Amino acid sequence: MVTRKFTLWKEFAKGLWDENPILRMLLGCCPTLAMTNSATNGFSMGIAVIFTLISSSTIISLMRNLIPKEVRIATYIIIISTFVTVVDRTMAAFLPDISKAMGPFIPLIVVNCIILGRAEAFASKNTVGRSAIDALGMGIGFTLTLTFLGSIRELIGAGTIFSVQIMPENFIPWAVMILPPGAFLMLGLIIGAVNWLNAQITKKAAH
Amino acid sequence: MKKSTNLAVVLTITAAFSGGILAYFDSFTSKRIADFQKEEQKKSVQFVLPGSVSSETKIMNDQEFFIGKDKDSNIVGVAFVASGAGFQSTIKILVGMDPIMQTIIAMKVIEQAETPGLGTKIVNDLTNKTNPNWFTKQFEKLNVASGISYVKGQKPTKPGEIQAITGATVSSKAVVDLLNVSITKSRKIFLKSGVK
Repeated sequence: MVTRKFTLWKEFAKGLWDENPILRMLLGCCPTLAMTNSATNGFSMGIAVIFTLISSSTIISLMRNLIPKEVRIATYIIIISTFVTVVDRTMAAFLPDISKAMGPFIPLIVVNCIILGRAEAFASKNTVGRSAIDALGMGIGFTLTLTFLGSIRELIGAGTIFSVQIMPENFIPWAVMILPPGAFLMLGLIIGAVNWLNAQITKKAAH
Repeated sequence: MKKSTNLAVVLTITAAFSGGILAYFDSFTSKRIADFQKEEQKKSVQFVLPGSVSSETKIMNDQEFFIGKDKDSNIVGVAFVASGAGFQSTIKILVGMDPIMQTIIAMKVIEQAETPGLGTKIVNDLTNKTNPNWFTKQFEKLNVASGISYVKGQKPTKPGEIQAITGATVSSKAVVDLLNVSITKSRKIFLKSGVK
């Protein structure tokens, strides 16, 4: 029992750091670059992805022995796009303002490589419980990264975080940070920092 | 079962299952989405035609007009959507005008994706703390009988003149141009229709 619990925890935690979809695997960069112009947008994108990821991973894992391998990608895409459409419609109906801000990027979750990646690499080979936990971990790792990136960009680019004024009144926002180039600059710096940190950790472990 | 039949069966079942889920979700979201859009449109029309309590939608020459009426059903004004190319996006503006289409009552930018911090000042200028909507406010009660023109870096002096945004001349010019084109066209259609 102890070992089982331990491995389940590992399945969850790997998405947060060791196999973080954005910082370590560089998957799903399109929504990451596009939707982190504010903390709210990054966070909402993350939540939408968590829902899609868990639902599709669970269903794909349930069907893993039924899906012939010749049509697996087509089947995965049907399942994923179903859940994405559900998220898109639900957001448009209940959170219209956020839905408006996200524009075409919610429907585009269909082609987010994290979701297809987890379906192909994990859910199609593992049990339902494991797949759901793996999806949750990956989703939370994705959301935390997007929220962090969005907060920094919003702080420098608009002086606020989650629309709350942080910078002093006389701070002049660097508009470039909330423009596309700001996304590339910031994501590059963060990935660099994470790589450096990982190198330090490995060095310490080797000693 | 033959392999190819098996493939077709699995895909068909998955697609049918997916169709079922989507139909179910659509049944309770589509009404809400439509209601929300209607509500938002109503709010926008009331914003650009202050004093109107109801509005009637009329389509003339493929263009939608919202005719705002007060509680005694007198026409307060007429609103329509003007759209055109901005600096890097399509700008859509809801314009409210008096019933003889000579003066803009108010206007509201309903869609744009201009450069944040520069072109977006057409909606919201964060550097102007006391009056962030100064750009659109310039159009309120603006006499447009002989078109709109813009000046740079100085206060407007002549009727029909507005001041362009420093650093976003292209977006400012785009707004002026699309209003000029659209107002001329709509005026022709609306006045010919004889709606009173």
